[in-house]
Amino acid sequence: MSSRRDFMGKALGGFAALGGIAALYAMKRSWDPLPSVKAAGFTTVDLSAAEPNVLNVEKWRGKPIFILKKTPDMKPDDRDVVVGSDRFHVSIGLCTHLGCIPAYQADNKKFKCACHGGEFDTSGHQIFGPPPSPLEVPPFKIDGTKIVLGEAGPEYTKMKDAGLTV
Amino acid sequence: MAHFEKANSINEWMDQRLAVNTLKKVMQTEYWIPKNINFLWAMGMVLAATFGILLVSGIFLLMYYKPDVNMAFDSVNYTIMTEVGYGWLWRHIHGVAASLVFLVIYIHMFTGIYYGSYKKGRELIWLSGMLLFVTFSAEAFSGYMLPWGQMSYWAGMVITNLFSAGSLELYGLVEWIRGDYVPGDAFLTRFFMLHVLLLPLAIIGLIVLHFGTLRIPHVNNQDGEEFDFAEAAKLYKEGKVKESKVIPFSPVFLSKDVFVLGVYFILFFYLVFFHFEFAMDPVNFDPADGLKTPPHIYPEWYFLWSYEILRPFPKDPGLVAFGIAQVIFLMLPFLDRSPNVAPASRRGLFNVWFWIMLLDMLVLTVMGKLPPQGIWNTIGLVAALVFFALWIALPIITKSEKKL
Repeated sequence: MSSRRDFMGKALGGFAALGGIAALYAMKRSWDPLPSVKAAGFTTVDLSAAEPNVLNVEKWRGKPIFILKKTPDMKPDDRDVVVGSDRFHVSIGLCTHLGCIPAYQADNKKFKCACHGGEFDTSGHQIFGPPPSPLEVPPFKIDGTKIVLGEAGPEYTKMKDAGLTV
Repeated sequence: MAHFEKANSINEWMDQRLAVNTLKKVMQTEYWIPKNINFLWAMGMVLAATFGILLVSGIFLLMYYKPDVNMAFDSVNYTIMTEVGYGWLWRHIHGVAASLVFLVIYIHMFTGIYYGSYKKGRELIWLSGMLLFVTFSAEAFSGYMLPWGQMSYWAGMVITNLFSAGSLELYGLVEWIRGDYVPGDAFLTRFFMLHVLLLPLAIIGLIVLHFGTLRIPHVNNQDGEEFDFAEAAKLYKEGKVKESKVIPFSPVFLSKDVFVLGVYFILFFYLVFFHFEFAMDPVNFDPADGLKTPPHIYPEWYFLWSYEILRPFPKDPGLVAFGIAQVIFLMLPFLDRSPNVAPASRRGLFNVWFWIMLLDMLVLTVMGKLPPQGIWNTIGLVAALVFFALWIALPIITKSEKKL
């Protein structure tokens, strides 16, 4: 008798476990970003009107994108986006510490994050405070004098392969 | 079918079917509370009452709140605050209670630490209590998201970013938690669900467990004295009320609780009506803007100490320190190696440990609120290091403690 009872218990337990795993998967999927959220995602910016040492902030996938036209006295960097003879610093404007937006101080030529005091230079490299890595470069493609954010062009792929951004 | 006699009263009728008299004995009239306690032992009931108030005010807020990024801010700041009759009252009660509940939780916790009420059979009381602290923290955070102001948005951004676990760069996990690249509609609605359903359910379950863990070991007393509850109860029931060391929970002890509750609610409603602004950050009266970080982001006061433990370190060690700080209090019953259940004042070095810990948490709290610059950074770093030094020292100093 008891073996039949055990069997019923094990059968129920087995199916319940199977159903539980399936339910967990469904729950996980329910929390995934929606396809509409993922699909929204290319921003085109015309760089020809940019002024040197004036920060432009664009929005891409809900995140701020820093675009800074460099002045000749700013150090060139491998992560610069070169359009014609102009060099631009382009990065996701979120501090790599915990995601606050650093403010650009045009006089000091650096980015300063108010949350925890992190600082970045005009190439996005961390120069002070807790940020562990440089500001990230978003996937971009150069199209004449325009830049398309969200699409990986050869310049971006080269940067990524060289480990200059994540 | 079971046999039932004809009942002569409603009470007898209920007792036959639900054993209400047994239940009343176990939970009230024969649940013995030591006499040798003080007003700090009323904090549990203060917390239960505050939770009740949060529940009631929350129910009324829920009827007009809209969990949608385009409507949330206005549904709180316009509809509830200006249109709904007494909507402002529910909001101010909810905000003030959410703040005060943490003040009382901290008093309740440090009372337990001071009197050693987490040892010798009382470990589960401590553990279930700390789980309540964790769920209350999650409840407070998820609730803070709902008005969808600047602080809501940026606190949501910073806290969810913690789950990228520093150099592990688990951005997929962060996006999964948010349901978006940045906190958005999916994020607001799921945190709304957590705040009004899942977490309150967990809290109610944990409160029942917390009360349950208290029933067998009974509450501690001011001297940590171990005595025979059955014997003391026998004296009380024989009418030797003066000689007995105990009183019944209800109605005798509860009447003392009710007095403390009365004093507490005078303070509570004074704050609700005259000083509610301390629980309403002005920055959160600007609607959420993903392209503008407020100049200085800080959490509500009750999270400042752990925030300050995160802040002065580089990213990865900071996250590890923060993670440890969140759970280290759970380990207290196992890190305290002393056999003594006694107030800290009689426990030598532990007394020093207790007061430095309390002071250190106050310093961390103050530093967490100040901007991260100059001398504040240094003081914050030292206080964070002291916090960890204290936990490392605890097993050593308690191990060498003399048995009282």
